[in-house]
Amino acid sequence: MATEADYTLDKGDGGRTVLRLKGPYLLSTIANVDRGLRKLDDDIDVIDLAEVSEIDTVGAWFACTLARNHSASIENASERADRLLTAVGESANSSDVSAPRLPLLTRAPEAMGEKVFEAGHGIVRVVGFFGQILAGVASLIRHPRRFRHRAMVHQFESVGLNALPIIGLMSFLIGIVIAQQGAVQLQAFGAEALTVNLVGRITLRELGVLMTAIMVAGRSGSAFAAQIGTMKLTEEIDAMRTIGISPVEVLVIPRLVACVFMMILLGFYASCMAIIGGAVVSDVMLGIPFWTFLMRIHEVVPAHDVWVGMIKAPVFGLIVGMSGCYQGMQVRGNSEEVGLRTTKAVVQAIFTVIVLDAFFAVFFTGIGWG
Amino acid sequence: MNTIVNEIFGEEKPERHERFQGEYPVRVRGLVNSFGDQVIHEDLDLDVKRGEILGVVGGSGTGKSVLMRSIIGLQQPDAGHIEVFGQSMTDAEPDEALGVRNRWGVLFQGGALFSTLTVGENVEVPITQFYPELDAEIAHEIARYKVVMSGLPEEATSKFPSELSGGMKKRAGLARALAIDPELLFLDEPTAGLDPIGASAFDELLRGLKETLGLTVFLITHDLDTLFAICDRVAVLADKKVIAVGTIPELLEMDHPWIQEYFNGPRGRAAQGKPIDG
Repeated sequence: MATEADYTLDKGDGGRTVLRLKGPYLLSTIANVDRGLRKLDDDIDVIDLAEVSEIDTVGAWFACTLARNHSASIENASERADRLLTAVGESANSSDVSAPRLPLLTRAPEAMGEKVFEAGHGIVRVVGFFGQILAGVASLIRHPRRFRHRAMVHQFESVGLNALPIIGLMSFLIGIVIAQQGAVQLQAFGAEALTVNLVGRITLRELGVLMTAIMVAGRSGSAFAAQIGTMKLTEEIDAMRTIGISPVEVLVIPRLVACVFMMILLGFYASCMAIIGGAVVSDVMLGIPFWTFLMRIHEVVPAHDVWVGMIKAPVFGLIVGMSGCYQGMQVRGNSEEVGLRTTKAVVQAIFTVIVLDAFFAVFFTGIGWG
Repeated sequence: MNTIVNEIFGEEKPERHERFQGEYPVRVRGLVNSFGDQVIHEDLDLDVKRGEILGVVGGSGTGKSVLMRSIIGLQQPDAGHIEVFGQSMTDAEPDEALGVRNRWGVLFQGGALFSTLTVGENVEVPITQFYPELDAEIAHEIARYKVVMSGLPEEATSKFPSELSGGMKKRAGLARALAIDPELLFLDEPTAGLDPIGASAFDELLRGLKETLGLTVFLITHDLDTLFAICDRVAVLADKKVIAVGTIPELLEMDHPWIQEYFNGPRGRAAQGKPIDG
């Protein structure tokens, strides 16, 4: 018995052209004959299946298509082949397998236009989302019992407590780098004692809070977007609405509160760790004793530097939390969207935080907290 | 031409298996499954005969889906022996198990369609995975007719799963399960969530496929109508085991309380066409 599919073309009796299919016509064997049969442009009157040893729906469909394209008739089909032919013959389908795709010249401007509109709608939606949060806060103030303390405490843990090791280590290392690099430059002027000012002021004012915000955006903002986005896909959010629970109250506000408070604490903690890092380097490299370094910080860093950092921290926390929750709530459709929105949440949060940081820098200098 | 194709693809091309000729494509012996302290299966035996539709019934949480997942190798059992097409699944090398995977189709409860691909592309996935030597054009065409054969409208081919209703997702999942003309089909609650018309059409489709293709079907279902209409035999899962396997008349003879409750409850009687309170 033949193990490969094959075919012959006979000029049979009475001027009929007979295409004889031979061997197994299965999905696993069809590739051998597919191209050859496709290219046939002779007139075929009859397709003879007598020598087909095995056939599945693919083989049957193949015979069917051949018969249709050459307006030939099928003969000598076994009972099994006949049933398959009938089943397959009713399954003609002319639609595209892939989703329609426009040519590049049309697609590019269309995508561009969509982006512009999307940006416009995005602004409206963000404002709407902010409004929902305000309304949620207002209703929670009126009905404080509805506030989910447990959810908030849980978020405190995952946003704040669990971030302590990584943020501590990161800030400690940043402190080391600033002190070490700063000392090298300042030594050129014989001003290495100013390393204390450099480390103290830059970490408390800027880097402590900024780096923490970036870390929290990566750790928690992305988690918010993914959690809420997945809940959206599995219709959990819709289920909440039908039960009369507001997803903003239950999911968004506890996360925002956690982000805002934890950012203040984490930001301060990060600054402290950076100063400790700087102190360690100064002790080793510059011969400024560890404790002297810490005392000097107290003398050279003005109190308003701490305030600058601590005022920025909750704002950054709000931005990170909102961007995560907002992107999560925007998920619809499929699982790819969750990934896309999660990325967006992080990028958007970090970008906004840095832009705002620039405004804050100008503002605080302007009011004399330079 | 043929030899060139064979030379190029000879290595990658999966071995073409003769159709399974043995009596039992699926054999399960002494299966034990547990999650933590909770034992799901204990010493479970089950055979699926070639060419039959075996219905698997059991209360919620009796481990019907876990049984299916064990057979198809997604769940490593704690103990026991599973054979599919005469090959051991429990102590098989991963490559050996692959030789089995291009001979079965699986329909998961929720359809489990790849959400970033259209329905047509979903159906193409197993075809191009197992038969990479096929031209893209023929793979497209196979996908197209499979979609219609599974009872979906033509337009559904280029739609994404998120644009389909629950019942249509089931059908699309079936189209993907049938993509490579498998000998063995695993279906997890295929008619759940379908309207009665759709469910009967599904039953008819399955029966037709079984008769034309000689399919063996492992069918988990709660749908009594499906059980009565198309199942050759029914396996009942209870007390961590298969407590009975047989045709429905045979099962009706048994006096296990759960089986009686199941088939002779109001819904069971209705499906049998008996008066409900008779």
